[in-house]
Amino acid sequence: MNDQTPTKAEREARLQGMGCKRKRVEDIRFTQGRGNYVDDIKLPGMLFGDFYRSPYPHARIKKLDTSRAKALPGVRAVLTAADLKPLNLHYMPTLAGDVQAVLADEKVLFQNQEVAFVIADDRYIAADAIELIDCEYEELPVLVDPSKALLPDAPILREDIVDKMVGAHGPRRHANHIFNWQVGEKDGTDEAFASAPVTVKETFYYHRTHPSPLETCQALASMDKIKGELTLYGTFQAPHVIRTVVSLISGLPEHKIHVIAPDIGGGFGNKVGAYAGYVCAVVGSIVLGKPVKWVEDRMENLSTTSFARDYHMTTELAATQDGKILAMRCYVLADHGAFDACADPSKWPAGFMNICTGSYDIPVAHLEVDGVYTNKASGGVAYRCSFRVTEAVYAIERAVEVLAQKLGMDSADLRVKNFIRRDQFPYHAALGWEYDSGDYHFAMEKAMTAVDYRGLRTEQAAKREAFKRGETREIMGIGVSFFTEIVGAGPSKNCDILGIGMFDSCEIRIHPTGSVIARMGTKSQGQGHETTYAQILATELGIPADDIMIEEGNTDTAPYGLGTYGSRSTPTAGAATAMAARKIRAKAQMIAAHLLEVHHNDLEWDVDGFQVKGLPEKRKSMKEIAWASYNQPIPNLEPGLEAVNYYDPPNMTYPFGAYFCVMDIDVDTGVFKVRRFYALDDCGTRINPMIIEGQVHGGLTEAFAVSMGQEIRYDAMGNVMGASFMDFFLPTAVETPHWETDFTETPSPHHPIGAKGVGESPHVGGVPCFSNAVNDAFSFLGTTHINMPHDAWRMWEMAEKLGLHAQANAAA
Amino acid sequence: MIPGRFEYHRPKSLPEAVALLAKLGEDARPLAGGHSLIPMMKLRMATPEHLVDLAGIADLKGIRHEGGRIVIGAMTTQAELIASADLSAALPILKETALLIADPQVRYVGTLGGNVANGDPGNDMPAVMMALDATYQLAGEKGAREVAAREFYQGAYFTALEPGEMLAAISIPVPPAGHGAAYEKLKRKIGDYATAAAAVVLTKADGRIATCAIALTNVGDTPLLAEEAAHILTGTSADAASLARAIAAAEAITEPATDGRGTAAYRTKMAGIMLERALARALARAAG
Ligand SMILES: Cc1cc2nc3c(=O)[nH]c(=O)nc-3n(C[C@H](O)[C@H](O)[C@H](O)COP(=O)(O)OP(=O)(O)OC[C@H]3O[C@@H](n4cnc5c(N)ncnc54)[C@H](O)[C@@H]3O)c2cc1C
Repeated sequence: MNDQTPTKAEREARLQGMGCKRKRVEDIRFTQGRGNYVDDIKLPGMLFGDFYRSPYPHARIKKLDTSRAKALPGVRAVLTAADLKPLNLHYMPTLAGDVQAVLADEKVLFQNQEVAFVIADDRYIAADAIELIDCEYEELPVLVDPSKALLPDAPILREDIVDKMVGAHGPRRHANHIFNWQVGEKDGTDEAFASAPVTVKETFYYHRTHPSPLETCQALASMDKIKGELTLYGTFQAPHVIRTVVSLISGLPEHKIHVIAPDIGGGFGNKVGAYAGYVCAVVGSIVLGKPVKWVEDRMENLSTTSFARDYHMTTELAATQDGKILAMRCYVLADHGAFDACADPSKWPAGFMNICTGSYDIPVAHLEVDGVYTNKASGGVAYRCSFRVTEAVYAIERAVEVLAQKLGMDSADLRVKNFIRRDQFPYHAALGWEYDSGDYHFAMEKAMTAVDYRGLRTEQAAKREAFKRGETREIMGIGVSFFTEIVGAGPSKNCDILGIGMFDSCEIRIHPTGSVIARMGTKSQGQGHETTYAQILATELGIPADDIMIEEGNTDTAPYGLGTYGSRSTPTAGAATAMAARKIRAKAQMIAAHLLEVHHNDLEWDVDGFQVKGLPEKRKSMKEIAWASYNQPIPNLEPGLEAVNYYDPPNMTYPFGAYFCVMDIDVDTGVFKVRRFYALDDCGTRINPMIIEGQVHGGLTEAFAVSMGQEIRYDAMGNVMGASFMDFFLPTAVETPHWETDFTETPSPHHPIGAKGVGESPHVGGVPCFSNAVNDAFSFLGTTHINMPHDAWRMWEMAEKLGLHAQANAAA
Repeated sequence: MIPGRFEYHRPKSLPEAVALLAKLGEDARPLAGGHSLIPMMKLRMATPEHLVDLAGIADLKGIRHEGGRIVIGAMTTQAELIASADLSAALPILKETALLIADPQVRYVGTLGGNVANGDPGNDMPAVMMALDATYQLAGEKGAREVAAREFYQGAYFTALEPGEMLAAISIPVPPAGHGAAYEKLKRKIGDYATAAAAVVLTKADGRIATCAIALTNVGDTPLLAEEAAHILTGTSADAASLARAIAAAEAITEPATDGRGTAAYRTKMAGIMLERALARALARAAG
């Protein structure tokens, strides 16, 4: 070897493999406005569809006359339920085993529900035609409050299923009841509570909010009647599932349906399910034989396509006097809106809510969830979280604070006392999950040291005294949260969507010159898959990441997969990527052995090729091997270098983290300042630390938004309030706090590269951290729980209720 | 979020604009920066059949001195108010207020005329104009006339503008050197309208408040001139008791809506706190 030969370290660096802070390759096009989103796609002769929507939350349709709209020049068709009924498409199946109206059939069940679909030559004509639709309604009593849904005299919402007293998840005890779901040991839990020295009980309302991706939901359907083929472009987090659903409900054979998800401008759970707009675009295109595009506007997005949360969680803990938790009980009243359109794996009506024992070794627990219908938009999707994990973590992380307050104990100390210990992993939780790995004590200690937790408490004690003396009008809150997530759904033994196991996949082709194209069944919406999957492959295959092209979203070319949500891409498709690469490497080893005329067992892997053990100068790089695989016969081997892997994970992965927030609240205005926010995340093996940091920043920003203001509110009459960015809180760079990030690294023992997923952790851990900071700030004044969102006026109201303003006035 | 059909007109002069507006009548609306009007049209809350774009009329732009007054053309953008050194010296409250409106993108296009003619109680400039006792110069088919800002606002989106009439310029008496003024606005985030806001313009003499004007934003159907509050303070040394009485008097005239910004009670209190802060800053800035 001469001096020009790169060192091993240089060859490793050139790969830009796992652990490298590689710049996101997709940003080159995104930052130059060269992304290709659904609304960028323009097909010849394309028409536009738009919805006429109900102004009423609950009403019977007495008359629906579309003749004036149809008469407007440029209008091609107006679809109503009457048109869809003969095709049996006026209802569509939901992922949760319910059906959902595509166009309202006789009755509307929430404000802004889709009633008619206008198809016209352009958007402007379609919008004008909507104004010409004449619809007469008879208003019906409105059900807004879910706690009244199951009363004997509650208005009945779903007349279409009124006789169906067994739903997808078992018996229904009222026409407005969706399911009752119970997990854990009821009797054991009751016994533990009966004999416990200390118990606490509090109802936490996790308000209704919305994932609000920057790009709204959209679709473009193009039916080729000659070929009998449908091409459907759309904002799909799970394109293959959409293809299967379209095939099942349209009767078109699946191979004649081409679903393409181009670049997606954020999803956060909003783009998992199927929407009326998709179905109507498809039907419109089939009927008219022309491409039909549907693009939701912002208000439609916020008020109709899937919301998130709306969980009323009554949470109880039982403990010893010195703070050892003995049992947990949780009852949830879940408001699903007018249809059960949650996007959870089929067997999980409340998602993974049963991760609500959190990071603690709780011997016995019981969870019960009742899902009910109300006159609100449907949904209940996992907004930057894995199937109700945000709700679960919020319940336990608020509950430990309430317990600590009752015991007069520091809440961080209470957590540490109850953590699952490192030596207990794999840990079997009381509500059924097997946690893969963790070192909670180490992470918590690192975080507490980093923020000088004890120092903060000392400062807070002094501030509280100063407040009581009237020297300041600010109160200081310290938010603590320690979360354990459950992501990477999931093993097909307990996770499926519409009966399809939740595996994921990767197919790799190595070209003769040694560059690569790899395709997955997942679909990036901003997560940076094109960058990170290539890094996994770079390390596994010894080929530079820059020579690897990642492609997702085209169901004709990508292997079948269940899509991207629930932080599942790295745990499932990321694992498939490593496994497929390993198949290629095994074949490459055989080829190298042939080329070097040695037995393959005499070879060893070395960064980017194979070398003869003990003779490093006798080596073949992957580039040479790739060439050989195409240009010469290798005995007993097929030509080419390709592999595919479908990975059915043996378990979920369990990322965790310790978050701290310091906040000051002005009690006279309710205005708050986040002085400090520290986030320590453990997502197992770190593929790209820069992308992880970006994901943490984004997730924390959304956590800040949700906890401090973002909400979809309904008034008592069922009108949806504030469904625009005027009111719906989307923080800008000005409002967003500064984020400090940190990490520990505990690989997953069952994942091929030890990675656990990180996209949602900061949201899951961030929301309770902010809420705990607010609650902690007020707690010395006697409060035990204040509901989110913690916007300024609500904090001022709390201060008013506590008499803080009257006191100040008296003193002045 | 798609507006209805409309015709677009682009007159080149003020008389041409006035004639067009007169001819087209109630179905026409002047278009300035469009940053209030176009969102309303997209929501179809406004459905004008004709838009008369004022952007081509050079006479409607610019900031000039006329005697003891500053006259600002209706089509002067909010960004131009911020950039004007002249205004910063003579009327610093205009820059302070403009910087609290929306964000830079909106301010590059949104105009002062559109902001004050709009009649939305959420706009920030009307209260400031009331506090400064500005006069609006209107142009119409029947000729020109002047209306005091304090007389201009009649209800939400209802102003003294007659059909076919438009705003040509805003004329502001320059407050004496040594005056103190301030605008305080509470908002939920950048780009938000006020939860409550207060404008104060005052002068001091011998340690006492000599003159005082106060106006409030977004706590009623119109911007509110808080005359009683100003009266209470005039002649006082701004002692704690007078301040408290004035703030209570200002709060008493508010009638805010309960909305996403907070309950009516909260917004009333915030008007009081904004006033308290605006007074403190105006007093600190005033000489004498
Ligand atoms: C995101 C966003 C945030 C905003 N935040 C704020 C804020 O915090 N505070 C605030 O004050 N404003 C805010 N605005 C509004 C902004 O300042 C507008 O620019 C302003 O209200 C209207 O000015 P314009 O030039 O855009 O007028 P236009 O929108 O063109 O017109 C507004 C109305 O005035 C009429 N009009 C305009 N010019 C004349 C004239 N010369 N004579 C007669 N009638 C006329 C129009 O017919 C129309 O009815 C915001 C706007 C946006 C989009």
